[in-house]
Amino acid sequence: MRGFFGKPTTWTTALLLVVFALMPIVAPAVGEAFYVDVFARIMIWSIAAVGLNLILGYGGMVSFGHAAYIGIGGYTVAIFGFHDINNGFIQWPVALAISGVAALVFGAISLRTRGVYFIMITLAFAQMVFFLGVSADKYGSNDGLNIWNRSDFSVGGLDLSIDDNLTFYYVIFALLLLVIYATRRIVNSRFGMVIQGARSNETRLQTVGVPTYLYRLTAFVISGVICGLAGVLQANFEKFVSPDMMDWPRSGELMFMVIMGGMGSLFGPVLGATAFLILSEVLSSITVHWHLIFGPLLILLVLYVRGGLTGLIEGRRGDG
Amino acid sequence: MAEPLLVTRSLRKAFGGIIATDNLSLDVAAGEIHAVIGPNGAGKTTLVNLLSGQLRADAGDVEFDGAAITGLRPAARANLGLARSFQITSIFPDFSVHDNVALAVQARSGHSFRFWRPTRDDQSLRGPAGDVLARVGLEARGDILAGNLAHGEKRQLEIAMALATRPKMLLLDEPMAGMGVEESQRMVELLGELKADYTMLLIEHDMDAVFALADRITVLVYGRDIATGAPADIRADAQVREAYLGTAEVD
Repeated sequence: MRGFFGKPTTWTTALLLVVFALMPIVAPAVGEAFYVDVFARIMIWSIAAVGLNLILGYGGMVSFGHAAYIGIGGYTVAIFGFHDINNGFIQWPVALAISGVAALVFGAISLRTRGVYFIMITLAFAQMVFFLGVSADKYGSNDGLNIWNRSDFSVGGLDLSIDDNLTFYYVIFALLLLVIYATRRIVNSRFGMVIQGARSNETRLQTVGVPTYLYRLTAFVISGVICGLAGVLQANFEKFVSPDMMDWPRSGELMFMVIMGGMGSLFGPVLGATAFLILSEVLSSITVHWHLIFGPLLILLVLYVRGGLTGLIEGRRGDG
Repeated sequence: MAEPLLVTRSLRKAFGGIIATDNLSLDVAAGEIHAVIGPNGAGKTTLVNLLSGQLRADAGDVEFDGAAITGLRPAARANLGLARSFQITSIFPDFSVHDNVALAVQARSGHSFRFWRPTRDDQSLRGPAGDVLARVGLEARGDILAGNLAHGEKRQLEIAMALATRPKMLLLDEPMAGMGVEESQRMVELLGELKADYTMLLIEHDMDAVFALADRITVLVYGRDIATGAPADIRADAQVREAYLGTAEVD
């Protein structure tokens, strides 16, 4: 199996985590406080990318609809807020549960198909959720929905508020670490071996006695819940949700982050999300036609570097 | 003769107009090696697929260990103790050799909804996997990526994965396919050793191997059983000689 701690990757990962940890201190000090927000977004997308990687990289399930779960997580928070229910202990679990149930229903149907059909059906379900958001006039339709108060986490006299941006930044950071750690445990567990076995050779796995469908579906649900968490964080961070956050280009970008970073490596998606968002940030500040540079860069990376950025760092070259 | 472990009754499978399995009734006694031979296209692999559940029969029944398994999926059949190998090597190429076998061990040790404990520290998987690897002679190759094994070693790994599921019976689809003389010889020895512990249905083109190993032989031609009997009888059967053994079609 691929090792998680090949030497150069360890250093890159460690460096990246240090950057995440120090950004709120360093960025304002050098007069670029704006980068704190950029990195908060990077970490939120990283969580989603790690979630997608569980099924895309480890499970070989090419879901082209994972923005749906980000949207569902975000909208749940926003709609609770709209109805003046700000209690985070209600908002967050319900948001994660709804993301999970949606992933269960969509996954149960999608996983009966293979290959291109799977890609298309996951996309179709996601667009269904997107149009649900567009048609929800009460909740802002295309214009989206403002969130006036972040989730409220006061218990008794203790107020664990995430209103403060700095506090919230570190909450996101902690959740990212938690998600990475949990994913690491999962992919190395019996469940994780089954998921990777199903990617590698599903027929073989069935003939040694594993009913693969249930395991793949479970992985799909876990992945959906992690993306739901990213949505909850995004809604709270931006204090705004709109159908755009679950439109198909978002699903595509999320896939790109995973593929670019390195499918089936633990930190690859974090690397991918970071590179993707920083590149688009930098390039778009240089020229409005930044997609013309960005697109070919992505294509080159996918064509010539096996295992994405993780592969590049480990010195793996493409094999055709 | 011992009780049959596996029985098929009037098994039938057609692909369009081609009948791959034609009203086939055969039984495999517990403890025997039952070889199935026949020219290319005789429906041998189809038979294995019908028995292991990869294909669904159009008609007829399959009984294993006294229970009807005709409608069961591959995973359920494996869990009853019916293991198979594939003609075209089917392994987990991006897993280590050891992990290939450990996953097969895991498949037979309860459900895999265990999300937290790393399998590579799990002696209840590693131990049996190591034993099986030693049995097929791959103990020194455990850490290698399975996709990087030599062809003959991959065939051994196929057998190891089948054994790791603690089966009652092995369905072996051309275990010597693509092997050199020496490798084939080693595989014959291995299967001979395994004979003491497992019932086998053996599909094989290598006639030396078949006649060295089999207790009984069934000859398939166009999906039909044209002769079943002891090796000596099959060798002497005029119909068989005409259909198969006498021709140059033996690969």
